[in-house]
Amino acid sequence: MAAYPAWDQDSARMIVAGLAHLEGATLPILHALQDEFGYVDPQAVPLIAEVLNLSRAEVHGAISFYHDFKTTPQPRRTIKLCRAEACQALGCETVVDELSRTHGIAVDSHHAGDAAVETVYCLGNCALGPSALVDGELIGRVDAARIAGLCQHGRAQ
Amino acid sequence: MSATPVRIFVPVDAAALSVGAEAVAQAVAREAIARGLSVEIVRNGSRGMLWLEPMVEVETAEGRIAYGPVAAKDVAALFEAGFTSGGAHALRLGKTEELDWMKRQQRLTFERVGIIDPLSIADYRAHGGFKGLEKALALTGGEIVEAVKASGLRGRGGAGFPTGIKWKTVHDAKAEQKYIVCNADEGDSGTFADRMLFEGDPYLVIEGMTIAAIAVGATRGYIYLRSEYPHAHRTLLRTILKAEAAGMIGASVMGSQHAFHLEVRLGAGAYICGEETSLLESLEGKRAIVRAKPPLPALQGLFGKPTVVNNVLSFAAVPWIMDHGAQAYADYGMGRSRGTLPIQLGGNVKRGGLIELAFGITLREIIEDMGGGTLSGRPIRAVQVGGPLGAYLTAEQLDVQMDYEALAAMRAMLGHGGIVVFDDSVDMAKQARFAFEFCAKESCGKCTPCRIGATRGVETMDRIIAGAEVPKNIAVLRDLSKLMTDASLCAMGGLTPMPVLSALNHFPEDFDRPPLPLAAE
Ligand SMILES: Cc1cc2nc3c(=O)[nH]c(=O)nc-3n(C[C@H](O)[C@H](O)[C@H](O)COP(=O)(O)O)c2cc1C
Ligand code: SF4
Ligand code: FES
Repeated sequence: MAAYPAWDQDSARMIVAGLAHLEGATLPILHALQDEFGYVDPQAVPLIAEVLNLSRAEVHGAISFYHDFKTTPQPRRTIKLCRAEACQALGCETVVDELSRTHGIAVDSHHAGDAAVETVYCLGNCALGPSALVDGELIGRVDAARIAGLCQHGRAQ
Repeated sequence: MSATPVRIFVPVDAAALSVGAEAVAQAVAREAIARGLSVEIVRNGSRGMLWLEPMVEVETAEGRIAYGPVAAKDVAALFEAGFTSGGAHALRLGKTEELDWMKRQQRLTFERVGIIDPLSIADYRAHGGFKGLEKALALTGGEIVEAVKASGLRGRGGAGFPTGIKWKTVHDAKAEQKYIVCNADEGDSGTFADRMLFEGDPYLVIEGMTIAAIAVGATRGYIYLRSEYPHAHRTLLRTILKAEAAGMIGASVMGSQHAFHLEVRLGAGAYICGEETSLLESLEGKRAIVRAKPPLPALQGLFGKPTVVNNVLSFAAVPWIMDHGAQAYADYGMGRSRGTLPIQLGGNVKRGGLIELAFGITLREIIEDMGGGTLSGRPIRAVQVGGPLGAYLTAEQLDVQMDYEALAAMRAMLGHGGIVVFDDSVDMAKQARFAFEFCAKESCGKCTPCRIGATRGVETMDRIIAGAEVPKNIAVLRDLSKLMTDASLCAMGGLTPMPVLSALNHFPEDFDRPPLPLAAE
């Protein structure tokens, strides 16, 4: 599981500089920053704008457009639970209900301590749903108890 | 004294991993060492029988024998039963090629998936890889374009536009730089063929893109992959490096004077990036706002340059066409839908997975014969075809053939070939509400009918679900749907009414609700 270092403007600058030569470098840079720190700090905006010769508004606009990019530090573990149609057909909404009712975990609210469960739409595992993506690994036929356990695990470590 | 190792196949496909394939591979390795057996574990793609995953295969003198679904705790018993020579065991399924699911298919695009080691270029070549590219290298760009046109190949990403015609436009355009872009956003619920191909036979997509580059005179290419596919991403990063090292792509494509530089780029969780102009904006580093067409991306695409944008499966069909000839491909299919379609069967179905067949099989044959009906064992009530923008069909409508025109004739669409099955516990009013909710969340925001309409749609559905003034609100719903259909810039807003109206028209009983005791608003 990722334990992210605190935001560091100097290493952020190095990451940005290292990727600036790419065509359309904005998304690769944002991904690289998020991979490193777990989020993209607002301090990155002027940095990227300057290096790529964009306005700050353009950079901020890109960050805020995409669901993936977070602008605040994230819990150590994020569990992405699929709530698209094929997983709905296999009961993912029951999993969501049970998570909140039985385990006190509200999906898409970021107050679950060191772990959070968030909604995604389709993980490409639609024949073996409900599906979740946990620290980059796909889990099929998932239920509420398993997800709650993974949240606990996220906190313990 | 060391005998040739027994080859044992344990899939590395993400779906197989999602139900424990990694633990199985480790157990096989441990058990083999403990028994002093010489085995070679190949991490292959999935054969597509996802309900049998993890499905382990063993190479024997009579062919590959499948066992599944195998849990790590079964592995010791399998060795005990002599599975390394195809021994009998409760999990033994028989020869893979002779399983019903496999025998019925016509695998052209997926012919190697599950069979080869996806990372091995030698394996790829040994199973017919590169033949299409080699033949293409002997032709002019114009001749390649003509062959793709003659094959009848239509884009597999959704709209079904003829691939050859698109390539011809880019071929004829004059520019110092042209691009090839592979749309691997695969955001539709119920679809996973692109992912399975990347994880099971990635060089095929690279080969298809390279042929496209030679055909139109492009020297740079991008694969825009959704970030929800970390396994496919890892595989692609490795295969691109290997393809470069092997001289398949790079400064010289297989020793020719063609250069083709390929990169994979990750999306960032936005469904609209599957729309091709929005994808281009995203590749350029901007917010993924849909562009008005014209200009067509074929003429002014990435960075304003002529660009081929095709789906993964469209590119992947091309090497086969080049190798076996356009006519051989066109001989599969029906009407104006030529060739084969990778069908993805998911949701509440007993045997879900990937099936590649010529166009023309009926939905009922797929869901009932191959899929075995619902997983829950309850009756099928609704089937959504073609992703979140596709229509819901009833159990009575399943005799429709899988074909672009046949589905369009019943106000449905094929899309990327995804089929999602629901049993009779589904609430179709909730599904209609979800269609609007999804559109509201994923709209790019450029045009009012989609941006505001979808939000209004959610509100209207909430009132209907609460039983508030139902006839009046259904009239609002129809009005809104018409407006979104007629006035949206792209298919996101334009097609959201398709799931909504199909739910309303085919399942009116779910919308006809008594008022809730505590009627909201
Ligand atoms: C909202 C929306 C989402 C789309 N998503 C995808 C997608 O995930 N993959 C894809 O190949 N095409 C998708 N398309 C279709 C593309 O815009 C485009 O038609 C396609 O990539 C062209 O390739 P093809 O001709 O090979 O099908 C989408 C279209 C819309 C309107
Ligand atoms: S219909 Fe929706 S997604 Fe498409 S351009 Fe308009 S606002 Fe954007
Ligand atoms: S719909 Fe959940 S994985 Fe595809």
